[in-house]
Amino acid sequence: MMSIETKKLTFKVFRFNKDTDYLPHYDTIEMEVTRDELVLDIMNKIKWELDGSFSYRRSCRHGICGSCAIKVNQKPTLACKDNVFDLVEVFGEELILEPQDIKRAYKDMVIDKSNFWEKYDAVKPYVVTDIDEFPTSENIVSQEEAELIDEADYCIACGNCFYACPAVEVNSEYIGPMALTKAWRFNADVRDNAQHERLDTLQKLGSGIWDCVKCNECAEACPKELDPIGKITKLHLQTFQEEKSLNNVAVKHAVGFKWSIKKHGILDEGELVRYSEGNIGVMKHIPEAIAMFAKGKIVMPWNMPKSKNLDEIKKLVEIASTVKY
Amino acid sequence: MEKLKYALYTGCTARESTPELLKSTMAIADKLGIELVLLDEASCCGASHLQDFDDMLSLTLNARNLCYAEKLGLTMVTICNTCQLNTALTKDRLDNDEELKAKVNEKLAEVGLEYKGTSEVKHFLYTLQDDYGYDQIASKVTHPIADINVASFYGCHNIRPSHLQNKSNGGENAYKPTSLDNLVVALGGNAVEYESKNKCCGFHVELQNPQTANRLSGTAMLDAIDNNADMMVTPCPLCHLRMDVQQHGISKEMGRPVDIAILHLPQMVGIALGIDPKELGLNHNVNQTGLNVK
Repeated sequence: MMSIETKKLTFKVFRFNKDTDYLPHYDTIEMEVTRDELVLDIMNKIKWELDGSFSYRRSCRHGICGSCAIKVNQKPTLACKDNVFDLVEVFGEELILEPQDIKRAYKDMVIDKSNFWEKYDAVKPYVVTDIDEFPTSENIVSQEEAELIDEADYCIACGNCFYACPAVEVNSEYIGPMALTKAWRFNADVRDNAQHERLDTLQKLGSGIWDCVKCNECAEACPKELDPIGKITKLHLQTFQEEKSLNNVAVKHAVGFKWSIKKHGILDEGELVRYSEGNIGVMKHIPEAIAMFAKGKIVMPWNMPKSKNLDEIKKLVEIASTVKY
Repeated sequence: MEKLKYALYTGCTARESTPELLKSTMAIADKLGIELVLLDEASCCGASHLQDFDDMLSLTLNARNLCYAEKLGLTMVTICNTCQLNTALTKDRLDNDEELKAKVNEKLAEVGLEYKGTSEVKHFLYTLQDDYGYDQIASKVTHPIADINVASFYGCHNIRPSHLQNKSNGGENAYKPTSLDNLVVALGGNAVEYESKNKCCGFHVELQNPQTANRLSGTAMLDAIDNNADMMVTPCPLCHLRMDVQQHGISKEMGRPVDIAILHLPQMVGIALGIDPKELGLNHNVNQTGLNVK
């Protein structure tokens, strides 16, 4: 008989009951695990064989309902997709199972996801259109048009990207990568009429697209490999293409790169901050500018370095630019 | 060992607000016998911000930078994580999309250039790890950074998204990176174990949302401090600017003093190789705690 590869592993499992507990604790469970077992199999074994009171969400077991998302050693994980041995390879033989956000734990792995769904609702995650009740022809979407959505429609709303996003973690206003992916899914849909309305919602500083910190945690966390930050970039580009961009510091900062590159090839850092903040706004940076100057970190305008063959860069900025501001 | 030779894409900050990064990079390359050819023709990579405004323009400019490394027949080496990300992203897209490459080359032809895709792009950290080797570096250490607890701060754009970065970062795991920690150990130091080593410093929202930026860098820095770090080290000048220059604002936001020296990766290597602190530009660092620069 073929022998089955097994490993004796230690699981530290987050336990908490909001109704009865003041503080959470971790159960330490040792278990023999085989090659093919998934994180969900471990949670099932804990519940079915060791402690019936252990709570977690699960449903489809096929990576499509998004219910069983948790964190293993801080790595966002879809429990029915991630293989335990693969995790052992990265983290070693002690695995820590925690809910997506321990601050929002309700019972064990089950968290209050209302913050996640509120953001989702805010972007009108559905096709807004005038429906002809008696159409005389088919409403055909071509393959090319469908591809604009860039697979954003494959999102299973598991919340892995949202609860991995550091901007969400420190700023509860920020709408987060999942809602932005959904916004792109409908903004790229040729049947939809609410494109501008969504872009208006997403333009606000503090809550909108401009507060993405560009860490790529969402791209790393997505079990469907949908690259949420790529969709955020597409929304940024769309605000300019649709001439919906506001005149705020983040917008000026993005635009300022073009002007700075055209002038010197490499950035004029000081001028970029002045352009982005405006002549009054830039004043608040004076204390740090003084500290930097004292350490020889500020280049004076007359010493500003320029790229070699700057003429090429100037010409490319002229001929390769596709966006007006 | 055959002498290693690369085309160095400095990025903007190494020429302006972090001159110590360029100085220390050149100093350790010289000491280790690595030849770096400066790509003086290169422009800014767009820093993920031009990418939000004009996709075609940012692709064209990054492709142009790569053209100059291709002309030299060398691998392009970056010393800024964000330069690495934007260059690697451009390369990945052009190498996998003939139509897009043709469009970009149409523009480049106007200035007599052609992007071919023949040069790789790699952050300096990974050339030290994978091409030069930490054993080799360890054998050249004259001033081990013994008894110093160093917290490695990896910076996002060297490790995420891993499907892109793994092509040039030796398969570094985004949830458990080890390259910098292993370098600290190779130099004789103590690598500090802390949760925030792979987290974001918040640099890219510093202007529009300083509170988010300060909370992110503050949380990571306090995590390092609370785990007994004496210093932090980073391969990214943008993380460095955020964490070294902004400590006043970070302390205010966190309600606790955040006071720790932040080294650039080549500064740390240079100290262990016994290079003069002036040559490593240590005098340019804002927080001087424990650096003892005379």
